[in-house]
This record gives sequence, structure tokens and C-alpha cells, in this order.
Amino acid sequence: MIRKPVDTGAPDRLYTVTGGRSHADDTFDLVTLVVSECEPAAGTQSEHVRILEICRHPTALVEISAELRLPITVVRILLGDLHATGRITVRHPRAAGSVAALPDTALLQEVLHGLRNL
Amino acid sequence: MGSATSELPARRTPLADAAETGLKIVVVGGFGVGKTTMVRSVSEIRPLNTEEVMTQAGVGIDETTGVQEKTTTTVAFDFGRISLTERMVLYLFGAPGQERFWFLWDRLFSGTLGAVVLVDTRRMDDSWYAIDRLEHHGTPFVVAVNRFDGGGRHSLDEIRQALALPEHVPMIDCDARVRSSVKHVLITLVDHLYDMALAQERTP
Ligand SMILES: Nc1nc2c(ncn2[C@@H]2O[C@H](COP(=O)(O)OP(=O)(O)OP(=O)(O)O)[C@@H](O)[C@H]2O)c(=O)[nH]1
Ligand SMILES: [Mg+2]
Repeated sequence: MIRKPVDTGAPDRLYTVTGGRSHADDTFDLVTLVVSECEPAAGTQSEHVRILEICRHPTALVEISAELRLPITVVRILLGDLHATGRITVRHPRAAGSVAALPDTALLQEVLHGLRNL
Repeated sequence: MGSATSELPARRTPLADAAETGLKIVVVGGFGVGKTTMVRSVSEIRPLNTEEVMTQAGVGIDETTGVQEKTTTTVAFDFGRISLTERMVLYLFGAPGQERFWFLWDRLFSGTLGAVVLVDTRRMDDSWYAIDRLEHHGTPFVVAVNRFDGGGRHSLDEIRQALALPEHVPMIDCDARVRSSVKHVLITLVDHLYDMALAQERTP
């Protein structure tokens, strides 16, 4: 039995978008920055085209999700496809690791500096 | 639409091409406490929103269909962005503190720097649960009191007692509509993280 990835108001659309897959790649963080490595080829799935266009400049997963109006899980699946075929590169967050690990003081100092300059 | 936030560009402005490190801070609080306002006050983009959906196999079997029940959890949240340097970008999330949200905490906010618990003194009960869950997840946080009444009927000490908040958790007054006030809240949080990290680095 093929399970739908998610149940929402538009399950059919999400089902089509992900080809019925439900397993998202959790290595993509909400703030993983995505960069396109190519222009979309003819015949590319429309969501993939949109992502490749948006990510001409670095773009966080969560911004892609907002722009495409697709849940995070679905975007993770789509990014997994593009990454596996080398059409995007990703810049994962430094601070994301174990849940409760504190980042180092050097990073925090840089953050403080940036905030004070706001 | 859009006129209320006319100072922010309608189209999403791209990040610098050198951007390489994304960071997260989460603002949690009950309904209408000022989460979106807080995000908007410091964001360089108009706040965007999105959602995460999770379908879990339920415990029971539906008696009429014989199919295993599934429960769907949908959590909507909004976010803004602050480019700290050419390479470093901070995302600020406004997230609802209600129960179902915490099921998705790890999938959305693992690796988060820390959290701001936004408190409305007229509805302090809403904050209890958020504080409890953050402690459970080991996420460092500060408590920001959004003074809707403009003044202080309750002192910060009284609020600390009412929330049973440990002494080491920083508390601060704020007005979520004011950029400098929100900036101060964020600096208080990161200062707190810095102190914690420093103490940790000094302990062999
Ligand atoms: N007086 C005062 N009003 C505020 C403050 N912060 C927010 N508000 C107002 O409170 C209302 C709710 O603010 P929102 O930012 O939408 O609150 P929210 O937490 O995002 O609300 P939900 O997403 O619906 O849970 C808005 O009308 C804000 O203008 C504050 O610090 N002082
Ligand atoms: Mg809101």
C-alpha cells in the first residue's frame, strides 16, 4: 500500500509533488542554505524548477517552503532529489547538532556583534 | 494587504552569495501575545509563514473501515530574517506554544540557539507549558514580558515567582512593537548563551 506523505487540505497535490514518497531527509535543517548548481533542464518537474530558480542565491529551506507553500517535509523530499543528482549544493548550519549542545563562544560573540550593529 | 508593513520589501530579497551559516532563535508564547509583531520588528524581510505536517500511525483501528487510524499534526509558524554578517544569517521564528507544537520541536528546532518566551501578564498560564517544555528539551531561554498595559502592575520579581522561574533565567520587559526593545531582548538571550558557553568551556 502506498501511503500519502501528508494529509492536508490538498493531499492529492502533495502526493503528486513527492511521487507518493513520505520519507523526508532530516539532514536538511530549516536553515540549511540551498544553492542551485544548474539551470532547470526542459521537462523538469515544476516544483524542482521553482527551487532551482529561487536558489540562484543562497536560500534557507524554510524560505523555499514559504515561497512554494509546501510543508517542510515535502520540501525536504524535493531537496533530497535535487541534492542526490547534484543540481543543488547545501550549506548546513554549524550550530545544529545534538539538541542541547551550546555553540562555542566565538560564534556567539559574532552573533552578539551582529545584533548590536542592527 | 502589505500597506501595514510598507517599510519592508514585498518581494523576498535574496541573501548575500557568501551566506553560509544559518542560525535559529525561536519566540514562543500563547495566542496573541505578540510573536509575529516581535519577529516583524527586527526582520529585514516581511514575515513569512509556513507549516509542517506530520502523519503518525494512531494506536487504534477504525472500527468501521478496519484501517489503522492516523493522526495528523499540523503546525503553522512564521519567521523573519536578520543578516548578521555577509556569512551569517539569523532566522527568528514565531511559534505557538500549544501542546501539539511540541511534538514537532525536534524536527523543526533542534540545534536552535535558544528561545524567547513571550509572556502576557494578563494570561500568564499560557507561559507555564512553554517553560516546562523548553526545560525538558534543554533549550536555553529568556523570558520577555510584553507590557500591553504600558506600565507594570506586576514587578518582574512577582512574575518570576508566579512562573516559578529559576533565578538563573534572565527576565526582561519589552514592547514587541519597538525594534530597539526587541533587539535588546535578543541581545539578552545571546549574552545568556555566551555566559553559559563560557562556563562550559572553562569546566574541563
Ligand atoms: N500594547 C502592545 N500591543 C502589542 C505588543 N505586541 C503586540 N501587540 C499587539 O497585539 C496584537 C497581537 O500581536 P501578534 O504579534 O499578532 O501576536 P501573535 O502572538 O503573533 O498572535 P497569534 O499568532 O495569533 O498567536 C497586535 O494587534 C499587536 O499590535 C506590545 O508589546 N504592546
Ligand atoms: Mg502570529
